[in-house]
Amino acid sequence: MGSKRHNIRSNILPKVFMVGPITLWLGFLIVIPLLYVLVMSFCGTDEYYNIVYKFTLENYKRLFAFNYLEIYAQSLLIAFFTTVICILLGYPFAYLITRKFTRKKAILYMMVIIPFWTNSLIRIYGWRTFLGATGFLNNLLMDLHLVTKPVEFLFNRGTTILGMVYCLFPFMVIPLYSAIEKLDQNLLEASADLGAKGRNTFFKVILPLTISGVFAGSIMVFIPCLGYFFVSDILGGGNADVIGNLIKRQFQSGNDWPLGSALSIILILITLLLVRIYQKLGGSMESLGM
Amino acid sequence: MDDYIVELSNVNKKYGNNHVVKDVNIKVKRGEFLTLLGSSGCGKTTTLRMIAGFEEPTNGSILVEGEPVEEKEPYERNVNTVFQSYALFPHMTVYDNIAYGLKIKKIAKDEIKKQVEAMLELVQLVGFDKRFPKQLSGGQKQRVAIARALINKPKVLLLDEPLGALDLKLRKQMQLELKELQRKLGITFIYVTHDQEEALTMSDRIGIMHDGILEQLATPVEIYEAPATRFVATFIGETNIFDGSIVEVKDKNVVVNLENGSVTGYGDNFKEGELVSVSVRPEKVLFSEAPIEGFELFGTVKEYIYIGSVLKVIVQTTNGHNVKVERLAGELLPEKGKMVYLHWKKTDAVLIHGMDQTFIKAVNEIVMG
Repeated sequence: MGSKRHNIRSNILPKVFMVGPITLWLGFLIVIPLLYVLVMSFCGTDEYYNIVYKFTLENYKRLFAFNYLEIYAQSLLIAFFTTVICILLGYPFAYLITRKFTRKKAILYMMVIIPFWTNSLIRIYGWRTFLGATGFLNNLLMDLHLVTKPVEFLFNRGTTILGMVYCLFPFMVIPLYSAIEKLDQNLLEASADLGAKGRNTFFKVILPLTISGVFAGSIMVFIPCLGYFFVSDILGGGNADVIGNLIKRQFQSGNDWPLGSALSIILILITLLLVRIYQKLGGSMESLGM
Repeated sequence: MDDYIVELSNVNKKYGNNHVVKDVNIKVKRGEFLTLLGSSGCGKTTTLRMIAGFEEPTNGSILVEGEPVEEKEPYERNVNTVFQSYALFPHMTVYDNIAYGLKIKKIAKDEIKKQVEAMLELVQLVGFDKRFPKQLSGGQKQRVAIARALINKPKVLLLDEPLGALDLKLRKQMQLELKELQRKLGITFIYVTHDQEEALTMSDRIGIMHDGILEQLATPVEIYEAPATRFVATFIGETNIFDGSIVEVKDKNVVVNLENGSVTGYGDNFKEGELVSVSVRPEKVLFSEAPIEGFELFGTVKEYIYIGSVLKVIVQTTNGHNVKVERLAGELLPEKGKMVYLHWKKTDAVLIHGMDQTFIKAVNEIVMG
């Protein structure tokens, strides 16, 4: 009996030491704050916007206000177009880098990765100065006398989508690249041998075998898109708000934390739902880096 | 005139400075089982891939049914390939894999069904149609790959080491099955392998490739009994090679002077003074106690190796060269350590021109202008 107890202890101890710290870390920095957000989403406020810890569903009812519904729809629309554009640009790009020789491949890959390491806020401001009324593009057009007054490029859904695509493109390319890289070249030859032209081979062999990369990339692009408020702030100018803008507003200028919490919970639920759909479609969590 | 289905003339393939296939000429007869045999890197797979259309010859021409195919894409050629790694589509069932070629051709669904079922029966995979490739054994995958190629009714089936990944027992069984299938369907098979036993078992003709050159293209018996080059002689089966120069040619009897004696062989087109290699299979070498006319070669019996029905005898000649001899167990044989004279039936020795014929021809052309 004594030795058995000793065995159990010797089995448990390493686990405690190895998993313990990370559990504490996750608990304090992720689980408890999220639980706090969940609790807060059911609380109310007094007239000075102090939080009142009393159960209410009021915040959730307010989520269905028409102007909010409009922003959810707009947010989903922006995320959808961003994802589609990322797929259309990212797939050929990823395919190209799997086909290039090693050196060129490294260069092309770095072209995607290096901006990815740079602060996205700075890069988005870059776009603003580039596209602004006194920005490079407008100055150029004026100098060439192509336009008489600056063109209003900024502050609409289009530029917001542009910024989103720009920020999130690497998240599409990386999973696509790893999916296409795994493709067995013999399969493409087999397909050609059996009578298929390039188009047929793409739709019947290449795409079905790399669709997991498309799904993974889409998830990695679509979800952040709903929350990247700074992109729509800087490039959308209030005309292209996403759910992230709504949340940010409640925690800052609006000073309505319970409502912001309820919005955050909704965003988390949307995320979980999308991941669930992704899993149902056969996507693997490893492709998402989990 | 013979009916050739595939003709390669002066086909070359270079990758940069790497000359992989050198001036290969092959005429494949309709309905034959032709094997390209050679060790890895000899150019056999590249040759096959050029016929399939995955590689373009650097120069030379390839005809399939008399029509040049160099400009045609793989899908435009009337040939199909069975790949070494099978290359089955992992996301499709056995049924869909086999049906692939017909679906591409947009053939009616029930016609496809009929043909796929016939194919499943042909390769003995009835009932496996709903399985995915990963649920199949190596041998089953192989059969699917063959069915998937055959359903397109190719004029020529190209097989690139199709049995390479199978274990020995299964490989032997599949060899017979493939041969049987080829006989039944009457389709031309061009088969690539590095396994000489496999080549000898299955082929009507074997093309032996070495370093990008087609050394000899002949029936298995000819390859074994009358190797055209020194490489072929040593590559197929075991042999003894004696290098020397011709001292006398009389009625096709060719006497060759060696470093340590002389031997006699039999052959056409040999001249006195020419350098030759004499190849004699171990089972053709005979012993005698006294010298035999035309032979002056002796040595000491060094070793006996018993391998079942056959005894291997190693005889060391005076210059230290080991001659391999094979005799049936139970025969009366000289004792170990005894000196013996070696000889053979003159017609059992194969004479091979010392220098490459093509080389001599090329030199002649230059000299003659």
